[in-house]
Amino acid sequence: MNQPGFLDIISFGPGGWGAALLTGAMMTILIAISGFAIGSVIGTFGAWAKVSGGKTIRFIADGYTTVLRGIPDLLVIYLFYFGGSAAVTAIGRFFGSDGFIGFPGFLAGALAVGITSGAQQTEVFRGAFKAVHRGEIEAAIACGMSRGLRFRRIIAPLTVRHALPGMGNVWQVVLKESALVSITGVVELLRQAQIGAGSTGMPFNFYVVAGATYLAISTLSGALLQRSERHFSRGVRRN
Amino acid sequence: MNAQAHITPQQALTVRNLHKRFGNVEVLKGISLTANEGDVVSILGSSGSGKSTLLRCINLLEVPDSGEVTVGDETIRMQQARDGKSRPADQAQVERIRSRLGMVFQSFNLWSHKTILENIIEAPVHVQKRPRRECIEEAEALLAKVGIAEKRDHYPSHLSGGQQQRAAIARALAMRPKVMLFDEPTSALDPELVGEVLRVMRGLAEEGRTMLVVTHEMGFARDVSSRVIFLHKGLVEEDGRPQDVFVNAKSERFNQFIKG
Repeated sequence: MNQPGFLDIISFGPGGWGAALLTGAMMTILIAISGFAIGSVIGTFGAWAKVSGGKTIRFIADGYTTVLRGIPDLLVIYLFYFGGSAAVTAIGRFFGSDGFIGFPGFLAGALAVGITSGAQQTEVFRGAFKAVHRGEIEAAIACGMSRGLRFRRIIAPLTVRHALPGMGNVWQVVLKESALVSITGVVELLRQAQIGAGSTGMPFNFYVVAGATYLAISTLSGALLQRSERHFSRGVRRN
Repeated sequence: MNAQAHITPQQALTVRNLHKRFGNVEVLKGISLTANEGDVVSILGSSGSGKSTLLRCINLLEVPDSGEVTVGDETIRMQQARDGKSRPADQAQVERIRSRLGMVFQSFNLWSHKTILENIIEAPVHVQKRPRRECIEEAEALLAKVGIAEKRDHYPSHLSGGQQQRAAIARALAMRPKVMLFDEPTSALDPELVGEVLRVMRGLAEEGRTMLVVTHEMGFARDVSSRVIFLHKGLVEEDGRPQDVFVNAKSERFNQFIKG
């Protein structure tokens, strides 16, 4: 088949690229969600370390955010992918296998995205925690709440209220960063579009479709985010 | 003489030789006081006299450098950390004792993401682990008592300062505390809202609740409290019944203070 029409690209029928592109989009979302989740966990610990950690812990957390916000994300993915592969290969050799063993691209990608976004989440959460009214935390202490209970019932929901706009930014960045993971061979949306472009000779059409899909994902997630902002801002007076 | 006069009053709260310094400033220089059950103790003093710090040291919002705090018959166990600083030896004990002390703050400090009812049942349900149903019933009764029953499902930001403070008092009462601690409860309020909060506090005093009240309200100290303590530069300068100290205080500074 030469020169498929624009509709053929997005059709789900035989010869269409719809199903492949949709699978790619799913992979993109999966990478972004995994990376974002890993980043949020790291961010929580990072913010805790910066807010209430001792000197050493604070130093490590500062080092982490400084380094990871200062080097290109692509480089972090390379480090994870090739570093991971080297490690896995060495372990394989130890157990008697010879030859190169590739580190799973998805895992390398999700970890790399998670660790870079974790540095941003650390700053988002730290700033949000500082915006929480001190008195509300003192009230929780004064009525005998344990550390864990205080965090779960009072500090976390109040921090998330202030963190959500920043988290939304990080999510958008993570979504776009997921495209970088294509270099490890994971077939996500951008990689799938590249494949389609290469095999049909119609790069522009494929990239426009991919672009529209990214836009659709970010618009949809933006709407979700707004809903959760409303939920967590309950009780905040709007003037 | 009736038989009751021979019963020694139960001590609800005892503070022995409390010291606290912030950096180079020694805020509390050895404060001792005892509140018996049913006592309403007003703590007066100019700003910087250490009265708020004293209150905050009692429930360990500030950790005293030395001294002892006893609530009922349980004394908070302290220990020296390696850096020489004093800290509680048993965090669970501190949390238990805090739950017996109802604290009311100057700036109300209601949890802004919870409704008034949720604010009140939060600690009874999650700290004291009492049945939710029972806590809600008690909360509703408390809200009626402080006169804001209809605000049950509102968020704190939709209440006036006086209403918020009354809700905060209800929140503290919901823990069935042994002693109530009030840290300048009317200082952040507009003048016309002070009365409604003082009325609620007067009601509690008449019920026989044990209360420690850091305040600038001379009227409350004179008419409602059973004892007045005047702090000056981290020390107790005057301590007695209001009808005595307001008429002839031993301390010249206190006389100056009440003349304003």
